[in-house]
Amino acid sequence: MDGNQSEPPVDPLTGITPAAPRTAGGLWQPPGSFATGRGPRLFSGGGTRATVISSVSTVVMLGILLAIFLLAPGARAVEHAFFNPTDMWQSFIGNPRKGYYSVGAAIWLNIRMFLVAEVLILAMALLVALIRQSVHPALFPIRVITTMYVDFFRGVPLILVIFALGLGVPALSLPVISTQPDVVYGVAALVLSYSAYVSEVYRAGLNSVHQSQVAAARSLGLSQGTALRYVVLPQAIRNIIPPLLNDFISLQKDTALVGTLGVIEANKAADIYSETVFNFSSFTVAAILFLILTIPLARFTDRLIDRDRRRRLAGGIR
Amino acid sequence: MTGGLEVPIDSMQSGEPAEAIRIEDLHKSFGATEVLKGIGLTVAPHEVICLIGASGSGKSTLLRCINLLEPIDSGKIGLFGQEITGPNINQNLVRRQIGIVFQAFNLFPHMNVLKNVTLAPTKVLRIPAAQAAAEARALLDRFGLVDRQLDYPDRLSGGQQQRVAIVRALAMQPKIMLLDEVTSALDPELVAEVLEVISELAAGGMTMLIATHEMGFARDIASRVCFLADGLIIEDAPPAELFTAPRDERTRRFLRRIVDAKRL
Repeated sequence: MDGNQSEPPVDPLTGITPAAPRTAGGLWQPPGSFATGRGPRLFSGGGTRATVISSVSTVVMLGILLAIFLLAPGARAVEHAFFNPTDMWQSFIGNPRKGYYSVGAAIWLNIRMFLVAEVLILAMALLVALIRQSVHPALFPIRVITTMYVDFFRGVPLILVIFALGLGVPALSLPVISTQPDVVYGVAALVLSYSAYVSEVYRAGLNSVHQSQVAAARSLGLSQGTALRYVVLPQAIRNIIPPLLNDFISLQKDTALVGTLGVIEANKAADIYSETVFNFSSFTVAAILFLILTIPLARFTDRLIDRDRRRRLAGGIR
Repeated sequence: MTGGLEVPIDSMQSGEPAEAIRIEDLHKSFGATEVLKGIGLTVAPHEVICLIGASGSGKSTLLRCINLLEPIDSGKIGLFGQEITGPNINQNLVRRQIGIVFQAFNLFPHMNVLKNVTLAPTKVLRIPAAQAAAEARALLDRFGLVDRQLDYPDRLSGGQQQRVAIVRALAMQPKIMLLDEVTSALDPELVAEVLEVISELAAGGMTMLIATHEMGFARDIASRVCFLADGLIIEDAPPAELFTAPRDERTRRFLRRIVDAKRL
């Protein structure tokens, strides 16, 4: 569909994507172009008209945005409040004696929360998806419960779930369950909320594998479980990796919401700094750190999507 | 790497039941549509039965019922004297003995040819991976596919894919093979290579039930040809008889249409 302009047909093996010629206009990047086409295209000595146009338009665009910021009446004040280098550095390294934490150290808690939650979400969401996809009559009540679970946690804002667990469970005064650190309730809320979303992604993936694949596997004598494990799931997961990673990019930054329980993660540390020193530059630091976390995953996702598309193009009709 | 397994064409012991398959009064509906309306059929070991009939006459459904891929509504299916449609039947055990090959190949696209063939032997029969691979290579070699063993299905032609699908079924050493219009999805020039494989199986004594539109092939290979129409086996006769002197008017009409379409 993309390649039928006047450009020559594109060889999928060269890494030049069919949509790539359009990106020279600087308007739209196909997924994965960072890894494959864009760099050499923009800066190598090709000197095509399109390259010049895209470079000029980028400079003009950035110039306009910078001018708007610098010429605004409150530019000095905003620059001082949000981009003060001293405050940015101070909040990054932290100083417990002055009453604030290091945002740079606190981001590690976000990373740890993300990693633990991710593993649990992958497992729990798969379980929920498999139950919802099951057909056995004996599983009917569990199917109803999982459906209600998904409806509920997709509908309730994550921050309310965090409050409900973080404040409600300790109030129950149960042994063990009610005496966990706040970060545990925060991660549990992330897992509950995101598993509901991710189970739907899994379900879409399971449905994307044609029933004839199951028939082929079962006809060879594979049990339902074996067919699921070796035939259906590998194909389903391959199909859902991009949307799955997309949800995890979202999860990475939503770990900041756990700070509302008083857990010192990056956003909370930035909050404490700003309240102590009356400068918001700490939030800028937190934002930069979150971007450093999420952008590589976003680029990785794009690369996977691109690779998948090229493989399908190379695969031909069958 | 050869010297592994041969297709167990003559492996059935003496004293085996006279019937490989026995079907009695088989009924099957999809919703309100009754597709099979009382099929009766017996297949002796080493027989090759070709099922012919118009699209939608129930050939595929019959094969899928025999392999327990479709639950039946009433009737009985027996396999070597044992009823397989009763309660408390281990479907996986039954299916191991019956290989089925589909019109659309249904290879596993995420596995290479060798993995496609060895999956069931290793996971179902628990044959060690090295042994399963050696046996698979021997089978692939026999059907001229051994040099494609590391290719993924989407790199193969339709004919090659269908031959791999046949090898995949054979790797489970089935006693019976069900072939469901295995050449219908192929380009005409690829049909011959697949039919050749089937002929070789027939020559080796494999019991087969073949749903097909290739009348010439059916005439050459079948011990009996069954004509299905309206959910019933209308006529069941050796090919020489059925193709030259069909008794039923519907069979005659069907064959006349085939001849008119230059397919016989």
